[in-house]
Parts: sequence; structure tokens; C-alpha cells
Amino acid sequence: MSEMWTAKLRNKWQKELPIEKLLPDDQPAYVASWIYVFGVLTLAALAMIIFSGIILAFQGPAWYHTSHAGKFTNSLHFWSVQLFFVFMVIHLWGKFWMAAWRGKRFATWATGAVAFIASIATAFTGYLVQTNFDSQWISFEAKDGFNSVGVGAWFTVTNLGQMLLLHVAFLPLILGAITVVHVLMVRKRGVVPPIDAQPSTDSEVGR
Amino acid sequence: MTGWIADFMNHPATYLKSGWFQISVTNLVVILLMLTIFACAVLIPFPKDKHGDDK
Repeated sequence: MSEMWTAKLRNKWQKELPIEKLLPDDQPAYVASWIYVFGVLTLAALAMIIFSGIILAFQGPAWYHTSHAGKFTNSLHFWSVQLFFVFMVIHLWGKFWMAAWRGKRFATWATGAVAFIASIATAFTGYLVQTNFDSQWISFEAKDGFNSVGVGAWFTVTNLGQMLLLHVAFLPLILGAITVVHVLMVRKRGVVPPIDAQPSTDSEVGR
Repeated sequence: MTGWIADFMNHPATYLKSGWFQISVTNLVVILLMLTIFACAVLIPFPKDKHGDDK
């Protein structure tokens, strides 16, 4: 038996997350409810945010502040974020009230919570890099708040370069990585059943 | 921005205030909208599979 770390990792992956779980073509009956739709709606909004964000990054402020196509893409990015948060909050409410951390799903719940916090940080830095009077106003109001808690020198909201790099590089990487882990955890443990449902398989109770 | 959209948007936000609590009408509308969607998502039945082979 091979002792290579690659073989160990492969065996562990195949045991815990086989391809049938990773790409299922069937779901338990209780998943046929609108409340289970909001996770994937959040992912769809995130995909649109990343897509429009890449275009904005390539074209730059001179394009998205002046041209019709630029303003449209800028608005697409902004409104995708609004929908992203609406869908994510409803997803959060749904999962909270069905106690979605049951059945060894604490890591799924925790990665979702961290993704929520990372999303707030990403959206906040996004408001700061609009390069308009709105972002100037927000940054000058926010600097007093951050200075009052003693992190202003480290996290400088009036430093456009720092906020831009955090918004387009660091925070999307963190959020993207957490989102991937979150979705893999959902696939590994399965979608959480309603509290009064009788789990019929091991995956539904997270064993 | 021109027309009724400009009249609608180009003014400071309206705030509701009760003691220490303050919220803009816009934020209140968004929160109420999310609560409405949540209630609809819980209450409205999901369409049945036409092939009748849902588990």
C-alpha cells in the first residue's frame, strides 16, 4: 500500500466526497421547497459579481464612469451585490430556523458565517473604491470609526490603493476559497433535512 | 439622471426615528422586502415534478 501523501489525500477524498456526492442528480423530497433555492441564487449572484467585476477591472474608472456600456456594467456589478446580500440573508434565515448545523454540519454553518463576514468586508471596500463623491464621503465618515477603535493606521479607509487591492485581490480570494469549501461541505454532508424529517440515509444524518 | 427618477432619488434619505432607534425608509423597505420573500419562500408550494419521479 502506497504511503505517498498524494495517495493518502486521494483515498481520503474518495472516501469522504465521492463523485456521486459531489455531483448528485437526485435530492431528498424535502429539498423541493423554495427556501432551499436561496443558496444557489446567492452563488448565481456571486458569479455575476465576479464576471462584471473582471470587466470593470480591465476597463477602469474612466470607462465605467463615462460610457453607456461602462455605466451599465458598473450598475450590473452594484445590483448583483444587492441581490447577493438579499439572497444570502434569506439563505441565512432559512438555515438558522432549520438549525442547519445539525448532523455534524457545524463546519458548513461556520464557513457560511465566515463567508458572510468576508462578504461584508468585500462590499465595504467596494463602496470605498467607486472613485466618486459617494466613496469619498463614506471613507471620510468611516475613518473616524476605525480610528476610534485603534485600527486606522493599519486599515486606512482613505488609502485608495490599499482599499482597491483588498477589494479586487485579497478579499475576493478569501471569499472565493471559503465559498468553495462551504459548497464542498454541503455536498459532503448533504442538504440538511427539516427538523421533523426522518433521515433515511447515513448522509442525511451526516455519518 | 433626469425626469421622475431624478426627482425620486436626488434628495437626502428620509429617516424614521424613535428614541435611540433610527432607520432610513430605504433600509426599512429592503428589510421588509426580504421578510416578505422569506415568508413567500416558506409558504408557497414548490412545483411538483411533472414526471412524478421525485423521491
